[in-house]
Amino acid sequence: MSDEQNPPTPQKRGPVPVRKQATRRRFIRSVALGSAVVGLSFLGFVPVGNAYKPRLRPPGALEEKDFLASCIKCGQCVQVCPVQAIKLGDIDEGYGIGVPFIDARNQACDFSCDAVQCILACPTGALTYRKPDFAETRAGMQMSRAPVLKAKEKDPEPTLNLKERIGVARLDRPELCLAVQGKGFKGQARGPAFTGLLRYMEVDRWKPIPVRDHPYEREVCDLCVTECPIKDAIAMVGFVAEDGSRRFKPVVLEQCVGCGVCEMVCPTEPAAIVIDQRKEWSA
Amino acid sequence: MMGAFDRIKVMLGAEPEKATVFTPEAKELHELKRMNKADFQAMKQHAREHQLVNHKWRNRRWAVLLFTNLLFTFSFWLDIQMLEGALTASRFVGFHLIDLNSALQVMLAHKHIIVNLFIGTATVFFLWAALGGRSFCSWVCPYHLVAEWFEWLHLKLVDRKLVTDHEFHRGTRTVFWVLFSLMALLSGYTVFETLSPTGILSRALIYGPSLALGWVLLLLVFEVVYSRRAWCRYVCPIGLTYGMVGAVSPLRVEYRLENCFHEGDCRKVCLVPHVLDVVIKGRAPDKHVPIGPDCTRCGLCIDVCPSGALRYDIKGLGKLL
Repeated sequence: MSDEQNPPTPQKRGPVPVRKQATRRRFIRSVALGSAVVGLSFLGFVPVGNAYKPRLRPPGALEEKDFLASCIKCGQCVQVCPVQAIKLGDIDEGYGIGVPFIDARNQACDFSCDAVQCILACPTGALTYRKPDFAETRAGMQMSRAPVLKAKEKDPEPTLNLKERIGVARLDRPELCLAVQGKGFKGQARGPAFTGLLRYMEVDRWKPIPVRDHPYEREVCDLCVTECPIKDAIAMVGFVAEDGSRRFKPVVLEQCVGCGVCEMVCPTEPAAIVIDQRKEWSA
Repeated sequence: MMGAFDRIKVMLGAEPEKATVFTPEAKELHELKRMNKADFQAMKQHAREHQLVNHKWRNRRWAVLLFTNLLFTFSFWLDIQMLEGALTASRFVGFHLIDLNSALQVMLAHKHIIVNLFIGTATVFFLWAALGGRSFCSWVCPYHLVAEWFEWLHLKLVDRKLVTDHEFHRGTRTVFWVLFSLMALLSGYTVFETLSPTGILSRALIYGPSLALGWVLLLLVFEVVYSRRAWCRYVCPIGLTYGMVGAVSPLRVEYRLENCFHEGDCRKVCLVPHVLDVVIKGRAPDKHVPIGPDCTRCGLCIDVCPSGALRYDIKGLGKLL
């Protein structure tokens, strides 16, 4: 192919055959595709690494790292929950996509299934009654004794098969708390538009009903204490206010499992009491 | 002659090799086809003229795919509890079923296998080993169906010369399979699940739409404007996992040299045309040749073939009957 006017330099190769050129282009394209997809998969770590959306996980969940690894993202836990408390994470949660969580303020876990059925439904042991030996367990996550479900208190087996808490309730904004202010509460706890469900033993043992269909009337607001499904998890404790009057405030106890019912029923906006997800108990 | 091992090599990305050894029947057929060219042309024309536009297997397949995916949806919505969960893991009337690639990701990331996970994985393994491995792709995977619809759009645009198909090396998928396994193993996260359009679509169908559908749409747009069926062909490790399982499957598509006019329509509709290398004139080493494990058993080639040279076959059944 050399030309008289422009003799090729000795090290210069002849033109690459079309076929070879196509193969080379295809190879470069393939490498680019590979890098792009791998790059995108690493992107999934960003929301996980900086805990962009810390989530309250369903009962029996392994520690977050183990949980994300073992969850197969199938949503069987979602399907068995009688109050649909469990939702699945979206792609903005990176590796947390399809992983179940509970948004307690909208719908807490009220244990109206009686038996933590989400754990029973989990096919991979991401939600488990008994952690495998190698799995991490933090101090203060284990319950000192099996929590007693108030609804089953008179049953021969009143406890929940739950070894660890999923979080701990905390009076986050005492200044908003109606009891601390010495106020009572009358009406629908979360207003007429709220769709959350709760089991009321005196209404129906088996069927949870909308909170809005069960108005309250309390001289001193104590919904977080009376509606708590677990025995000895929270109590009203008296104290003397600055003006010398006698007041009450909710105090969270060691039996708190972190289910979030107190956060859901709290009538103030925002909730005065909240769940710290994955928080260990400290006296 | 191409053995099972060579067919697996082709699935992993190798170019199909031309046969060097031919059976006497195959030789004779190839010879016949060469000698009577005019007659052969006339026969071909005859077959063409009597060809029926046929979507039998495609329609059956779409029906099965939609039925399976909607069974998930309605099991949840109507609480009929037939098939609970999503494609990644489910219970069929109580029996655990676990997607093989999702199971692999969880096992590698978590490094702990509980009994239910093992049972579900084993059940699905035997199910698809019997039903043809990658038939999961074309008969069950919801992304496959959506991608098929967008492929139609891609082909229209190619026809009008508005876009061209950019091929990648098929070995890319094998590399991805290894990379996704390694990422799960080393990072301890089920990395692939975040990108998997199969899981995303399955969950969206059951639990409602999600932002993740935006990613699926991006993939589809990429396939329409840049590279035909790119995700299924060059990326998806689920396909390769099931392909490995199906390598030993008795259910497959079989090629019949004596019926073939070598027109190549089958290769045009095929998701994985390299498995149909054998239909090129002079390539078939035997009268009847099974199609390799990368074949999704979708049946498009069977529908499109005017002369019945491709058909579903169950290995050993012919001898049995």
